[in-house]
Amino acid sequence: MSKPIVATTSLAGCFGCHMSVLDIDEKILELIELVEFNKSPIDDIKKFTKKCDIGLIEGGCCNSENVHVLKEFREHCRILVAVGECAIMGGLPAMRNGIPIEECFNEAYLNGPTVVGNDAGIIPNDPELPMILDRVYPCHEIVKIDYFLPGCPPRADLIWEALVALVTGDEMKLPYEVVKFD
Amino acid sequence: MSQFVRFTIDGTECMASRGQYLVDAARENGVFIPTLCNYPGVKPKGSCRICTVKVNGKLMTACTTPVAEGMNIENESADINELRKSIIELLFVEGNHFCPACEKSGNCELQALAYRFRMMVPRFPFQFPNRAVDASHPRIIKDHNRCILCKRCIRVITDESGRSIFAYRKRSASVEVVVDPKLGKQLTEDLAQKAMDVCPVGSILVKEKGFHVPIGERKYDKVPIGSDIENMQSTKI
Ligand code: SF4
Ligand code: SF4
Ligand code: FES
Repeated sequence: MSKPIVATTSLAGCFGCHMSVLDIDEKILELIELVEFNKSPIDDIKKFTKKCDIGLIEGGCCNSENVHVLKEFREHCRILVAVGECAIMGGLPAMRNGIPIEECFNEAYLNGPTVVGNDAGIIPNDPELPMILDRVYPCHEIVKIDYFLPGCPPRADLIWEALVALVTGDEMKLPYEVVKFD
Repeated sequence: MSQFVRFTIDGTECMASRGQYLVDAARENGVFIPTLCNYPGVKPKGSCRICTVKVNGKLMTACTTPVAEGMNIENESADINELRKSIIELLFVEGNHFCPACEKSGNCELQALAYRFRMMVPRFPFQFPNRAVDASHPRIIKDHNRCILCKRCIRVITDESGRSIFAYRKRSASVEVVVDPKLGKQLTEDLAQKAMDVCPVGSILVKEKGFHVPIGERKYDKVPIGSDIENMQSTKI
């Protein structure tokens, strides 16, 4: 039988959850035996080349590109897993929710204490740039998500346990100590 | 009339002093009933409903109901726990609870109950209300994003003449719990610390210190909330 295929992506995330995947240490060798990776920053495959079994999503949706990628993942993956607080509830980026978008832009590009060299007062508006959304959306408000792995980042053991369970079809045993929101 | 009453919790025979509230009576029998707005030593309010149990088939709050002879109490059933879990989920979406950036994380009762009920994600949509962090008091930070309006601070933290140092401001959906502007000066260093400890969540934080206890050693890192009660030998009367 061919190996289950896994795809991963980071939307509005910090790559911390991907780092946590790597944090399974030497078990990474087992993981390579167990699954095949498709679209993922881990192997740098940029486009889906086949249907996948499991998609791991890090980060929520803060712009139109995030929404596009997330929908693409939903289309190509049998099971989607929201990995980490940002994917689950927007996380740190969602701290801007509730603040009008104009205020956010003014702070980021015009008035913020770290703004230098923008004497022309330009707010980036190239049509090539993804549109920023009115707020940051948790992934499950955009597409159907099948499983949620909380944590910031989720403990490596949690990701490992969940992945193995999904791949083998065994029951997900998630011990108390590894399911944490921070 | 005997000083003691007999009752059952989930079918197990229990015994407690007459007139005790159900949460306390249960605790003495080694049974944990989750609470949030309740606090030892002050009059129960029965506002959060997390302690809901079924008494002889009827839903009641265990923090406000005195135990009586022959009561049959349902506590750890799938129904009841699902109900409690939904209350926790509502509290999470109603405010802004970003645990990774919260000083109370690991010691927070709301979070600990979410862990106990295995909440992976709230089933309700996040509201992302626009709430302020008030750092105007010299000793504490009052973060309205995390306040669950349990009134524990209002009921427990009082000055020498028994006046509440914390108070409600505004009404209805915009209600806030704030330091009473007239009594704010009475919030001594000790009282500020006590207020932080009394608050079940991270809405009252003492300034200029924090993140003392490393991850892994905090109150609910390794053991679920309530396990101290459950592991206790029941104090048979
Ligand atoms: S108060 Fe509790 S639930 Fe809210 S953010 Fe802080 S740790 Fe999380
Ligand atoms: S500040 Fe804390 S103790 Fe006071 S009402 Fe809010 S949550 Fe309860
Ligand atoms: S603890 Fe009983 S209603 Fe809040």
